[in-house]
Amino acid sequence: MADAVMPVAHEAISPEEEIYLKHHFATPGQQMDADTLGMWTFLITEVLFFGGMFASYAVYRNLYYGAFASTSKYMNVTLGATNTAVLICSSLTMAMAVRSAQLSKRAQLIRYLFLTMIFGTIFLVIKAFEYHDKYVEHLIPGLGFQYEQFPQYEHNAQILFFLYFAMTGMHAIHMIVGLGLLSWLAIEAYRRKYNENYFTPVEMVGLYWHFVDIVWIFLFPLLYLIGDR
Amino acid sequence: MATIAHEIPQVAPEEVNYLNVEHGWKSWLLTTDHKRIAMLYLFSITAMFFVGGLMAVLFRINLLQPEGIFSPETYNRLFSMHGIVMVFLFLVPSIPATLANFLIPIMVGAKDLAFPRVNLLSWYLYIAGAAFTLYAIVRGGVDTGWTFYAPYSSTYSNSYVLAAAMGIFIAGFSSILTGLNFIVTVHKMRAPGMTWGRLPLFVWSNYATGLIQVLGTPVLAITMLLLAFERIAHVGIFDPNIGGDPILFQHLFWFYSHPAVYIMILPGMGVISEIVSCFSKKRIFGYNFVAFSSMAIAVLSFVVWGHHMFVTGESVYTGLAFSFLSFMVAVPSAIKVFNWTATMYKGSISFDTPMLYVFGFIGLFTIGGLTGLHLATLATDVATHGTYFVVAHFHYVMVGGMVMAFLGGLHFWWPKMTGRLYPEGWSKFSALIIFIGFNLTFFPQFILGYLGMPRRYQSYPPEFQALNVLSSAGASILGIGYLIPMIYFVWSWKYGPKAGNNPWGAAGLEWQIQSPPTTFNFDETPIVKEEAYNYGKLEEILG
Repeated sequence: MADAVMPVAHEAISPEEEIYLKHHFATPGQQMDADTLGMWTFLITEVLFFGGMFASYAVYRNLYYGAFASTSKYMNVTLGATNTAVLICSSLTMAMAVRSAQLSKRAQLIRYLFLTMIFGTIFLVIKAFEYHDKYVEHLIPGLGFQYEQFPQYEHNAQILFFLYFAMTGMHAIHMIVGLGLLSWLAIEAYRRKYNENYFTPVEMVGLYWHFVDIVWIFLFPLLYLIGDR
Repeated sequence: MATIAHEIPQVAPEEVNYLNVEHGWKSWLLTTDHKRIAMLYLFSITAMFFVGGLMAVLFRINLLQPEGIFSPETYNRLFSMHGIVMVFLFLVPSIPATLANFLIPIMVGAKDLAFPRVNLLSWYLYIAGAAFTLYAIVRGGVDTGWTFYAPYSSTYSNSYVLAAAMGIFIAGFSSILTGLNFIVTVHKMRAPGMTWGRLPLFVWSNYATGLIQVLGTPVLAITMLLLAFERIAHVGIFDPNIGGDPILFQHLFWFYSHPAVYIMILPGMGVISEIVSCFSKKRIFGYNFVAFSSMAIAVLSFVVWGHHMFVTGESVYTGLAFSFLSFMVAVPSAIKVFNWTATMYKGSISFDTPMLYVFGFIGLFTIGGLTGLHLATLATDVATHGTYFVVAHFHYVMVGGMVMAFLGGLHFWWPKMTGRLYPEGWSKFSALIIFIGFNLTFFPQFILGYLGMPRRYQSYPPEFQALNVLSSAGASILGIGYLIPMIYFVWSWKYGPKAGNNPWGAAGLEWQIQSPPTTFNFDETPIVKEEAYNYGKLEEILG
């Protein structure tokens, strides 16, 4: 009993699984667990990264509620709502992509990855149009900001617009990074890298993509729907 | 039998280890071995330590005379760059990125950290961040203080704020990735039998540090980014012209930077726990309390940031709450000090160099910690806020605590990292010199602060000269004390006597393997049957 040895985790590792096992892990399960925990931890850092801006938003919305509410008149809710729908669809296709990878359905996986990229691109194009509108309407702080309809809010409304550009801009950068990751996944999938034995990268990028979508789910009401219209 | 014995070569070939397994710059710059990355970090942070130290030498020279030597602008840049380099490029990565990077996989019985390539990426990010900061220094520096308070940093300063802020932003991500790697490694890479209750306390304290790095640093990153936007666009959320609140910057900044203070001490506490147990040849007293006090410090560190802002427009009730919470942090800190002391009680203490640093740490950290209580008290903080009392307080913790622990740890694990011993006499001598130089530098600053000398001023009234000269004299002794180990470590790397695998008779897992370790640390995944402090066996044998 004294020398009872705890078993080293010797799950049977098939040769197919072993190709994907990195040298410092004992089992594919351990590798998957570590990758998943690492991704979730990274997403927590992302929550805090955006959290700094959400906290600032909360402070100023309390201080300058009137000014913040007045900005809703200038936000294009139709485009914002369309983008929300586009992103929700992209989350669905991403989830389908992960499922396809788990089932070793390569063609389907590539198809869903491309669909997700198309939705992501549509989002960014619409966002670019919105930014252009803001530029035309002189609503970019620091670039000849004009706020003639509510002169009493001319100063404080700039804070909301600054936050609007900072938060949606940071979100858009995350989308662009996501599109890069999806392109990489598509290439790797084309090279037959992913199958039921190894689909971790697809699942991890999926987590990231869903996170970026959820950020938008918070941004849309907070930035577009403050005041009644 | 005899014939076979003759065939064994007389001179044993040198063992393959992580240092000699590959050669050439590529084998270092593209390595994913946590031990090599730790060494890369060790060289980098040592270089930054001397850059930051050089700034300190210059402004201590300035303070020799009441009217100063440099212009006030130059002086502002010197102390700002000293703070920025020392905090973000030396203290934050000091123990985690070097000793912990080297030791955590070995201590938990793994071949490497969970994400070896991310580990290498973190070093490159650190180098990029350091490059931005050095660029700012070369171009003329930053004069905002290490805290970058808006609106001065965002609008009015004429110095290279943008480059330095970007440097900190980038270096922040290297810190995040280190913390993330530690958290995942501790959760998922432990060898069979390495339960949470058997984890070495060094691992516990770095795990707690990892939590702070992961939860705090992103907030600093976004704050620096918003500050940079504001500086470029001349408008932003900290800009009072449009109703922005500069105090919000302070809240966001200290939300990271107070927990960061614990990034800069918790790993040191872990080092002390290991050394004190080994050189007392006794099990650490109250293992569970020491382990959980690390976690308690990590949690509490996030709810005390307001004590930096007692005089910056905080409501009385907020101040009261933050004051109370700040006192709470003293409890787990004190638990550690009591437990280290109790570990030594009736222990078989040997006075090797690492242990000398432990004595230095316990004494100096206690002074630094207790003066922290003065500053956590609302009324006394109003009197001492922004004086040299504060400067002395945090240097007792950061330098008297963390740097002592870093040097202690470096001496303790140097034989494991390089396979060589350092000269015993010189190392004891330099430990003594550092202790004397440190106290001579910073103790007078407590008195200066108590007498009301404000920090961050280039000139001062003549009656403060004697204490300032004492402090500058101490700083030069301290500087020599830091140079001596630098020299003998370089010497020992090449010429030091072979250390053997376990020169201290230590019980931890890292001492049971070859020195220096092989690339994958263990030939076979170890099976852990006991904790790392089983010095009790010795007592059993001796009765």
